[in-house]
Amino acid sequence: MQPFTTLTGIAAPLPLPNVDTDKIIPARFLKTILRTGLGKNLFDTLRFNADGSENADFVLNKEPYRRAEILVAGPNFGCGSSREHAPWALLDFGIRCVIAPDFADIFFNNCFKNGILPIRLPQAVCDALAADASLGPNARITVDLERQVVVRPNGDEIRFEVDAFRRHCLLNGLDDIGQTMAHAPKIDAFEERRRAEQPWL
Amino acid sequence: MAAGRPRTLFDKIWDSHVVERLPDGTCLLYIDRHLVHEVTSPQAFEGLRIAGRPVRRPDATFAVADHNVPTSDRSAGIAEPESRIQVETLEKNVADFGVPYFPLRDARQGIVHIVGPEQGISQPGMTIVCGDSHTSTHGALGALAFGIGTSEVEHVLATQTLLQKPARNMLVRVDGALPLGCTAKDIILAIIGRIGTAGGTGHVIEFAGEAIRALDMAGRMTVCNMSIEGGARAGLIAPDETTFAYIKGRPHAPQGEAWDRALAWWKSLPSDEGAAYDTTVVIDAATIVPLVTWGTSPEDVVAITGTVPDPASETTDARRAAKQRMIEYMGLTPGQRMQDLAVDVVFIGSCTNGRIEDIRAAAAVAKGRKVADGVRAMVVPGSGLVKEAAEAEGLDKVLLEAGFEWREAGCSMCLGMNPDQLKPGQRCASTSNRNFEGRQGPGGRTHLMSPAMAAAAAIAGRLADVRDLAR
Repeated sequence: MQPFTTLTGIAAPLPLPNVDTDKIIPARFLKTILRTGLGKNLFDTLRFNADGSENADFVLNKEPYRRAEILVAGPNFGCGSSREHAPWALLDFGIRCVIAPDFADIFFNNCFKNGILPIRLPQAVCDALAADASLGPNARITVDLERQVVVRPNGDEIRFEVDAFRRHCLLNGLDDIGQTMAHAPKIDAFEERRRAEQPWL
Repeated sequence: MAAGRPRTLFDKIWDSHVVERLPDGTCLLYIDRHLVHEVTSPQAFEGLRIAGRPVRRPDATFAVADHNVPTSDRSAGIAEPESRIQVETLEKNVADFGVPYFPLRDARQGIVHIVGPEQGISQPGMTIVCGDSHTSTHGALGALAFGIGTSEVEHVLATQTLLQKPARNMLVRVDGALPLGCTAKDIILAIIGRIGTAGGTGHVIEFAGEAIRALDMAGRMTVCNMSIEGGARAGLIAPDETTFAYIKGRPHAPQGEAWDRALAWWKSLPSDEGAAYDTTVVIDAATIVPLVTWGTSPEDVVAITGTVPDPASETTDARRAAKQRMIEYMGLTPGQRMQDLAVDVVFIGSCTNGRIEDIRAAAAVAKGRKVADGVRAMVVPGSGLVKEAAEAEGLDKVLLEAGFEWREAGCSMCLGMNPDQLKPGQRCASTSNRNFEGRQGPGGRTHLMSPAMAAAAAIAGRLADVRDLAR
């Protein structure tokens, strides 16, 4: 996993509430057996018209947001299915940070597994960041995970919270499985005890 | 374990599965059962292969293909190349890693969340995961069951554990008795309408109260299935005699002395008197009516006797804009009567409502009646065994005579991943779980409801109140 330390980039405003995982990546694109290549279908129904042409009104079809690396989103972003294809599609498009008032649990979790940082900030702060993002080419926002701050284009800093363990993994690009393997003796012992006490499990 | 502190059902299951607690409160949680399907597992198995890791407990892992499978004649295999590759990839993976698998032509094949309980794989007190958000279904048995992403699927395959932070406890109590014409589906739609689609975020919901207790296992599974539509990580119901009677004798259920020991433990699982919940919601079952959704979020519920709401009544610009978009997408007019909406398609099935009890409910409405002209009505059993059971009862004949299609088991039109899809603009009365834009096919318009209500819509040719048919 690519480490996440500091990111400075174009932020795209997408303030819709309840953007579900079918909106992020519709089910018909889940037939891949790869993690890559989903970016071209990110937000497919919002981004493209029925005839396949681009919807000129959609933010990611406008300059400079075609190069967006940060998304400023609405409440309950990522609700719906557990498909990790949603963060894979975001990452494949180039987005490595999503800022929203809140997220659906599974999507939130899935982001961390892919080097994407989801940041929860109050609605009013998200509104201000969305307004910043609307400034176009000047909408460069910095996300500093080390210091846990978002830096607005005017230089103001906004503190955000993140779990210590998840922060550690993102900063160092650590794979969970490798770390869990270090606990293998404890898992062995747990299983051994269970086999004796609850053999049907 | 804190002795004496009253604990919830969730607390008890959680505590008994913690292998290791990290300094920031994250827990390494042991996973008892892992269900696997073809869509969210290929990249996980590939990850194991690259790292040279085996599946730690193939005996606790079960695989079945459901999302991509055609529900028509399967003798020629899967026509769509990408779907076929995904199912073939699963078949190769289960063979390479020694994971039990129910192939397409096995009667036990079906939707993963129907198959788990049906086989007795899902049991009280277990932790159960699957790369699918509707894993919450298994909570109906008194298990902690939740959906995970593909990276976590790989993590469980490799380690039989997950890194998780404990959820908050939410109690949803449904008091009293459900009125005639209402079902488990109406209960869960009413709950989601009340708490909203993010109302359960960060929580595990325990469903309790007289109306929940009175449900059979199928109804309980319907309720727990849609916990995720209320934003909850999982939903569960305390195991009781209904649960035990359901499990006993199933292929993977404990037997003999193990059954007695398991039963004793299961009986200790219900929440203690005085256990604390972070959030409590109380609903009077008597106030529940047959419900349908009007919009593109499961929280957009309205009584079948109601009308399409007006976005102008929303409190914020963002919400107004979102509702306006829904009205346009769904092809509706504010104030329009729900019962005036003509349907093109009726879909009865899915992990929410694809069990034998659901098919009985649909057949009871269909019996002696005809599907309205111009309506395509399909019934898709949740598993091959559900299909066999329905046929043994003659339900297939009742449905076929009424003009319904009777299909093979799979996820079918719940999600647009297999040939069963809505065409743009088609309106569907559906027993599935999500009414998101494009969920049942690009441009499709979904109204969620119970099997009896969907069958009533098929007969009427428009959304209809099942209570009118009963009169």
